Amino acid sequence: MALNKVVNGPQEALEGVADGMTFMVGGFGLCGIPENAITEMVNRGITGLTCISNNAGVDDFGLGLLLQKKQIKKMISSYVGENDEFERQMLSGELEVDLIPQGSLAERCRAGGAGIPAFYTPAGYGTEIAEGKEVRDFNGKPHILESALHADFAFVKAWKGDTAGNLIFKATAKNFNPMMAMAGKITVAEVEELVPAGELDPNQIHTAGVFVQRIFKGSAYEKRIERVTTRPRV
Amino acid sequence: MLSKDQIAQRIAQELQNGWYVNLGIGIPTLVANHIPDGVDVEFQSENGILGMGPFPFEGEEDADLINAGKQTITAMKGAVYFDSATSFAMIRGKHIQLTVLGAMEVAQNGDIANWKIPGRMVKGMGGAMDLVASADNIIVAMMHTNKKGASKLLKECSLPLTGVGCVTRVVTNMAFLEVKDGAFHLLERAPGVSIEEIQNATEGKLVVAGDIPEMQL
Repeated sequence: MALNKVVNGPQEALEGVADGMTFMVGGFGLCGIPENAITEMVNRGITGLTCISNNAGVDDFGLGLLLQKKQIKKMISSYVGENDEFERQMLSGELEVDLIPQGSLAERCRAGGAGIPAFYTPAGYGTEIAEGKEVRDFNGKPHILESALHADFAFVKAWKGDTAGNLIFKATAKNFNPMMAMAGKITVAEVEELVPAGELDPNQIHTAGVFVQRIFKGSAYEKRIERVTTRPRV
Repeated sequence: MLSKDQIAQRIAQELQNGWYVNLGIGIPTLVANHIPDGVDVEFQSENGILGMGPFPFEGEEDADLINAGKQTITAMKGAVYFDSATSFAMIRGKHIQLTVLGAMEVAQNGDIANWKIPGRMVKGMGGAMDLVASADNIIVAMMHTNKKGASKLLKECSLPLTGVGCVTRVVTNMAFLEVKDGAFHLLERAPGVSIEEIQNATEGKLVVAGDIPEMQL
């Protein structure tokens, strides 16, 4: 019998979140972000959060909504260039920011979920992000030691999911979601389509339900596009 | 002087059949518009696609299908999507044959700075640190001087580094240069640009050996 991870919506899915917690939030830019969970965080008014997310949304969407309300104390990200409020809070010192190379961020999440406490990578050697980190040569090349990341909650967004928590992502909306799903103590998945266990082809599942504690069908996805770029029809 | 599009065009001439290529944001993105005839390459975007295609037709944009610059794109036949950890495994694992990226500064020893201006601009490094630390073949695409007219090819970078000793070639609006042995070696001049003009716009050590041909575009 497949386990049942279904909760009835974002309110139940976020039960247990509290001030000062560390969250992982999936997505790249505004692509593949857990919109319903973010809205619920705003509604709950929880503060002092540490958010691990590749980006910080834009001023009025995604994690930008939490920044506006000063709910985030610290961001751990790789690129925050699309958000003026973020830049303002960071340069003024209101917001603590840990910028890390994108590949290291992904691998640190993966490591956190995979029981690997730390790993060596060449990324960032000789730069300010290597300050204070152990350096070791492998094959004649210097590498720095990066540690795993963990989160009290991981919030991810998938295209399809089943009641057992198995997930399938769509196109580049996959991005950080699979690794973050692995690294959350409690992983909350919101999906566009929720089906009974057994209906997804097991060959096509990207994230195994073992990594997901709660799943619900999200609603009212805006799926805002950050940069609409098109070509003319000829 | 080359336009930004012509810089991309010159870099595209370096593409070789069968390569997987990562293009950064800005001028590098334009390289995809100038693939030479008969050359098959696949473009990787580090947010999770190999086989990136052109922008979609109006009305066919898919919010779930973007590139690392957050622009809507399409997927070519044979494309594949993957998560961010896999994407950077391709990059660090040297499965990508060419990386093209922009820079604020490049130093004569191959150092590159492109992610931060202390106290003024902090956008983050994104995937640039992973890319430059691992790739063997890195071409920087940028203007030769900044908006104030100061050289971007320096003895030493003044801005926080993105990577050390990693840039092998630079294509600017004025020149095509190789970075080796602690100097910029002039390979080609942009049409109509003199060696003297390039010298004056280059703060770092410039090596000019023999006749320097004009670029063929």
